[in-house]
Amino acid sequence: MDWGTLHTFVGGVNKHSTSIGKVWITVIFIFRVMILVVAAQEVWGDEQEDFVCNTLQPGCKNVCYDHFFPVSHIRLWALQLIFVSTPALLVAMHVTYYRHETTRKFRRGEKRNEFKDIEDIKKQKVRIEGSLWWTYTSSIFFRIIFEAAFMYVFYFLYNGYHLPWVLKCGIDPCPNLVDCFISRPTEKTVFTIFMISASVICMLLNVAELCYLLLKVCFRRSKRAKTQRNHPNHTLKESKQNEMNELISDSGQNAITGFPS
Amino acid sequence: MSWMFLRDLLSGVNKYSTGIGRIWLAVIFIFRLLVYMVAAEHVWKDEQKEFECNIRQPGCENMCFDYFFPISQVRLWALQLIMVSTPSLLVVLHVAYREGREKKHKKKLYVSPGAMDGGLWYTYLISLIVKTVFEIGFLVLFYKLYDGFSVPYLVKCDLKPCPNTVDCFISKPTEKTIFILFLVITSCLCIVLNFTELSFLVLKCFVKCCLQQYSKKPTSSMCECHNLTNVECGEIGDPPLLHKQNSGLATSTAQ
Repeated sequence: MDWGTLHTFVGGVNKHSTSIGKVWITVIFIFRVMILVVAAQEVWGDEQEDFVCNTLQPGCKNVCYDHFFPVSHIRLWALQLIFVSTPALLVAMHVTYYRHETTRKFRRGEKRNEFKDIEDIKKQKVRIEGSLWWTYTSSIFFRIIFEAAFMYVFYFLYNGYHLPWVLKCGIDPCPNLVDCFISRPTEKTVFTIFMISASVICMLLNVAELCYLLLKVCFRRSKRAKTQRNHPNHTLKESKQNEMNELISDSGQNAITGFPS
Repeated sequence: MSWMFLRDLLSGVNKYSTGIGRIWLAVIFIFRLLVYMVAAEHVWKDEQKEFECNIRQPGCENMCFDYFFPISQVRLWALQLIMVSTPSLLVVLHVAYREGREKKHKKKLYVSPGAMDGGLWYTYLISLIVKTVFEIGFLVLFYKLYDGFSVPYLVKCDLKPCPNTVDCFISKPTEKTIFILFLVITSCLCIVLNFTELSFLVLKCFVKCCLQQYSKKPTSSMCECHNLTNVECGEIGDPPLLHKQNSGLATSTAQ
């Protein structure tokens, strides 16, 4: 089990995402997971071995290291990436459930005019509307919450995003206030800032996607209300024609149609 | 042989599980297996090297480490993952057995070998109970072995050859405590999911039985029961009791 498996899980959601969602998945896996695996883990690999305190007192180094690094940066990032990726599974589960229900209805003979066979149901791209819209929007909301929460925890635990080269430690059994030196503080600061920037970009992408979904729905609703007000007699025919036109023009962009029922 | 092997085995369980079973698999893969591999394993990597006692007596550190950590928490975690995942394979084996029987007799013995009816329903139920017992068992073992779920930063040790009571310092106790708490929370979540799935299956079976009992007309014959069974065989949680009535039909009684 490794990051590749998570990529398979989350990548499956890709085809049901909006364009911004696809960009988000790319940023997550290239700029965060890959950087974590190929670079950051090497930088933090010897963090405790090379954490040195200016004392020979046994136990002082252990205690000081534990005090200043309650959770390693690497582990926090790994947990952050796992938590931020998992809301996408809600969407995957919803799509699977929708396909399962559609297959059941098809077997009973209910949706024969919409699909040719069961393979057709599995291949069809599911539109983000109705209850799936709510699931998708909730997953984005949770992603934003998790990103913000982890960034705050980082800031709180390490008093900012900068690693000092020396720390003063006077915890028992250290006999007095000793100097403790962190290994590679500059390189670690560079990677910390990089990962935080990538988190910020991901958060902005999520906020943009949320706004896009909400605006699109509001826009469609107001358009439908206007059409109904102006042409009450021809409402049904014209609105259907409008919808078809919109579907054709938006067909390359994963358009969001309708309002969640 | 690695965790990928277990992952591949368990992926096959997915198609024979209920909805809650799939959520359980997702929790196991992502919140337990993945977290173990990408994070937890590295936290305990240098546990003995960084275990330090305030003494120069050779052998004292070794003895104390062995006394306080008879089995490393991370190894216990791995064992728990393996033991908790494998009962699901009973279901896969049972389905494979059914498929083997169909091939051997060269005719359709079941509506679908993967449909949860008859013996497979019992197998699924047993696998759920065994999984839950293992989860609870390992949590109790963890608690008893390490006197709780937190890792202290200091332990006092006076075993031979240590000349007196010495202070021994554990490496990264806070990080280890956080991951152990994470393990406990995810185990509890899995236990809750197992109980929910168990109740769901038993309740569904019970409700179906009751409905079928009440919907039977006074003049109904055995033939009508047979017809009902044939139609409903493909659904999850089918009451196994119903199948005992249909001794004449190979489709319903083959197990």
